[in-house]
Amino acid sequence: MSDQDIKSTPLESLHVELGGKMVPFAGWNMPVQYTSNMDEHLAVREAVGIFDISHMGQFFLRGEGAEEWLNGILANDVKKLAIGEAQYTFMLNEEGGVIDDLIIYRFGDDQIFLVVNASMIDEDFAWLNKHLADGLELTNESDDWAGMAVQGPDAVDTYAKLFPERELPSRNGIDTWEDAGQRFIVCRTGYTGEDGFELFVSADEGITWFKKFVDAGAKPCGLGARDSLRLEVCYPLNGSDLSPKRTPVQAGLGFFCALDKRFIGSEVLERQKAEGMKERLVAIKYVGKGAPPRAHYGVFTKDGDAIGELSSGVFSPSLKEGIGMGYLPVEYAKIGTEVDIDVRGRKFPAKVVKKPFYKKD
Amino acid sequence: MSIPENLKYTADHEWVSLEGDIATVGITEHAQEELTDIVFVELPEIGRECQEEEGIAVVESVKAASDIFAPISGEIVEANEELEADPALVNTDPHGKGWIFKMKVSDLAQVEALMDAAAYNTHIGG
Repeated sequence: MSDQDIKSTPLESLHVELGGKMVPFAGWNMPVQYTSNMDEHLAVREAVGIFDISHMGQFFLRGEGAEEWLNGILANDVKKLAIGEAQYTFMLNEEGGVIDDLIIYRFGDDQIFLVVNASMIDEDFAWLNKHLADGLELTNESDDWAGMAVQGPDAVDTYAKLFPERELPSRNGIDTWEDAGQRFIVCRTGYTGEDGFELFVSADEGITWFKKFVDAGAKPCGLGARDSLRLEVCYPLNGSDLSPKRTPVQAGLGFFCALDKRFIGSEVLERQKAEGMKERLVAIKYVGKGAPPRAHYGVFTKDGDAIGELSSGVFSPSLKEGIGMGYLPVEYAKIGTEVDIDVRGRKFPAKVVKKPFYKKD
Repeated sequence: MSIPENLKYTADHEWVSLEGDIATVGITEHAQEELTDIVFVELPEIGRECQEEEGIAVVESVKAASDIFAPISGEIVEANEELEADPALVNTDPHGKGWIFKMKVSDLAQVEALMDAAAYNTHIGG
């Protein structure tokens, strides 16, 4: 990808002003960190941090029968989604592999807001359009919105400081309103394992609101902290832990796939549930110190046989240990199984552990 | 930004301090600021003979692994084992307690050819 193709979020100039170290990510120029990956991570665990999520895609689906159509396309059950709530779900190919994981928000009857991964905006939009039923309208509003995730135990207080008149919706709940001609969407969701919310405002209002949260005490956090936070709670990253060749059932996310209905890829998932599968996504933690595990490092048996590779890996700032995830043959996927991680030819002992690595007390 | 006058520097942001024919090597203040949060240092093997610019150690932050190159040719004679217990010394005291290894220099002219503090300051755009 050439530099000209790198896209900017509406908050780019603010990141630079705040000292953000900018790197290309999924086609976007994003802050990987401001001051320190470690400090930003811990701020979210202990207080409150704010992330730019404007690179993510926003689609709007409108029209009679929108829910019913979507139920044949996405894995989770849209019928269980009440108005004013959000749902984590998957878009799968015919082989049951993951095209994308996304969150859908039901604003009203026949009105669904979809938030998809930055790298998948064009592909998802084309896939949905290819299958779109007559009478439905799908629009890509990704350029119209700025998004920010405010996360951490103090997120609720921070919200109250900025919106004293409004109550934050409960977990997975959403709220939308207009004020002085500006639209707001807020949802009690996140990607860190902490309480918090995600706020979408018009693109040209993004900087104003991000700054207000920073002034109210939220620490600006980069993609580095976002990655270590999500991995500590075993939230998958599409393109790393999820892929078109792996199903959500293999990834241990069958809970978000409603197999009592039919959707694209559902036959494969049913078969895997009935017949079992060869490999599963497991959580792997170092036993003792070692060079931080990273994606694509080889996983070996204690006898030295190669059995897979890490799909994600990081030095956990909360636990101060190396953690990762990877697809392993089911005979090695049992909790407690001892393995070795190969780092530049050196083996570090690790074992398969229960997900997640980190849990709030 | 601290760039001590008594040290020599490489384009890869390492510093070299020479005593007799023993060179002590670490990464610069600028490098540790860029890397932030050092969580692991892979030390070179004692007795290893290495050529100038050969990758011999690795410094890892939460996010990335960075190679440390031999700034000059020679033999590794000591590695800072304190970094195994406390890798953050590279952040807190990069020119002191955060030194990474010592090597016996085979050609002192190679040390002479490294950048001085003023040249390194220019190199990092100071």
